[in-house]
Amino acid sequence: MMAKISSPIARVGSVGRYVLLAACTLSALLPGYIMVTGALKTQEEFLGSPWALPAHPSLAAFATSWSAGLPSWFVNTIIVTTGAVIGVMVLSALAAWGFAYWQFKGRETLLGVIVSLMVVPPVVLLIPLFQFGAQLGWISTFRILILIYIGLMLPFSIYLLANFFSAIPHSLLEAAQIDGASTGAIFRRIVLPLSGPPIATLAVVNILWAWNELLLALVFLQDPEKHTLMVGIAGFRGRYSLDIPTVMAGLTLVTLPLVVAYLVGQRFFIQGLTAGGIKGE
Amino acid sequence: MTDASVTTARGPVPSGSRHTSRRPGPWHAAVWIAPAAFVIVFVFAYAIYQLVVQSFKYQGKWTGWDNFRIVLTDPLFLTALKHNMELLLCVPVLIAIALLLAIVLSETVRGHSFFRGVLFFPYILPVTVVGVVLGQLLTLNGPVNTALNGLGLGKLAADWLGDPNIALWTMGAVIVWKEVGFGIVLFLARILSLPTETYEAAALDGAGFWRKHWSITLPQMTGVIAFYAVTEAIVMVSWVFNYVYIMTNGQGGPGDSTVVTELYIYRSAFQDQQIELAAAAAVILFLITLFLVIIFFRLQRKSLLAVVGE
Repeated sequence: MMAKISSPIARVGSVGRYVLLAACTLSALLPGYIMVTGALKTQEEFLGSPWALPAHPSLAAFATSWSAGLPSWFVNTIIVTTGAVIGVMVLSALAAWGFAYWQFKGRETLLGVIVSLMVVPPVVLLIPLFQFGAQLGWISTFRILILIYIGLMLPFSIYLLANFFSAIPHSLLEAAQIDGASTGAIFRRIVLPLSGPPIATLAVVNILWAWNELLLALVFLQDPEKHTLMVGIAGFRGRYSLDIPTVMAGLTLVTLPLVVAYLVGQRFFIQGLTAGGIKGE
Repeated sequence: MTDASVTTARGPVPSGSRHTSRRPGPWHAAVWIAPAAFVIVFVFAYAIYQLVVQSFKYQGKWTGWDNFRIVLTDPLFLTALKHNMELLLCVPVLIAIALLLAIVLSETVRGHSFFRGVLFFPYILPVTVVGVVLGQLLTLNGPVNTALNGLGLGKLAADWLGDPNIALWTMGAVIVWKEVGFGIVLFLARILSLPTETYEAAALDGAGFWRKHWSITLPQMTGVIAFYAVTEAIVMVSWVFNYVYIMTNGQGGPGDSTVVTELYIYRSAFQDQQIELAAAAAVILFLITLFLVIIFFRLQRKSLLAVVGE
């Protein structure tokens, strides 16, 4: 989009720009490099020459970390993430439609309050919610965590979908209305089919959030059998402090699904995460 | 489907009455909103109400402001709060780096989307992974110090996370490393939406890189910069628990050098069993966040338009 670069000074500037970008790219990727190569080394090799490529790549560390509980953490994370994301998608779509279709008194204010809840730090809600969970005997159950995740993801989700639904041309909705379609039918047959991309974007953001969440999972899932990936990994470093390759291998396995997802749907990640500013972790 | 409704729709409908014929009344919206509202009320309203009530009690008895008095005179709490305030210094750093890279990226034709994709990547990683890997990189005999020694820069090597004087700043650098991609993408979207005419005129007038961006780019970006600043300020004040927990094994160490408010609340509640004091500290953190939320809310509309304009 910018003017053609021609003068020698500008050319130096252009080289400088690529050097800067290359340096930043390197710094963004280097920890990943250390993680993956570290996973393929032995402890001695990692300590002796951390930056070198592994001399004799070995998958032993992957095997150790896999048998240290990773499979069950994966399953638990998938259960919690799936439950919470399906729940939040359904509830937020319904609510967003309520906000988008009807102009009622206090609508703007209510939406505003919901949007601002996005930034309430989970640690503030932690104590009362934990006591509530304890009273019901729901500590170390997935349902309490899923319920709280849904609550925490709702504000952003409603906000994003309400914005999108409001932008659907009124003429479309009115035509259906005149044909006698109920509001439920309009929502199902017109609004939802038009909303593929925003729903996909929102799903990506919510899956990422639930997948990466640590604090609540740490407090609510105390039973080791119920640990999620993030809780498990958080304890990994202490347990295997003398076996760094195993730690790195575990981290690599945890990161892999994210990398694959990011390579496939980068657009959704970028759009979704910048759409509302705050998503939290 | 009566004839009457069809005729109304055919002609130009006066705007006031367009929704009156078939659409159920506004109360109907409540049916759709209720399920979500129920969960939100439970997770937020109920929890905050309980929290506030508890912060004024001790073992079930009303004790007025006592908990707040104890927390606000607890040196550890004040230290934690001070650390959050110090982390706020990361915000201008984030803005500066993100701005520079966004501007450079906007002028880069080849590899544009590759660089954007790579620079955004750390932002999607779990803090757990980032914390462990970077924590490992920054240990005393870790790869970073090995590299510095190898490059003959041994004097710059330090015990990044073990020296109480710099541990918090190391933490800040890790947060910047992870969060900066968000700013780059946010700013880049805004820059690419700016009209190009002014730049062409400036190029004709021979304006250089700094002059051009100082006079043309920056003034048009105040909205999105303010939005990013507030967003990151909220992160520094109330969303850094994961970093500290992971990189210091939940201790906030060495000593108290990296204790932050969230960790104080977490430890008071779940390790020291001082639930009421933790509640009072949480109320204080909530009020600070609320203050930032009000600013956030005022900026919201303006800067979101910038993002949607992508």
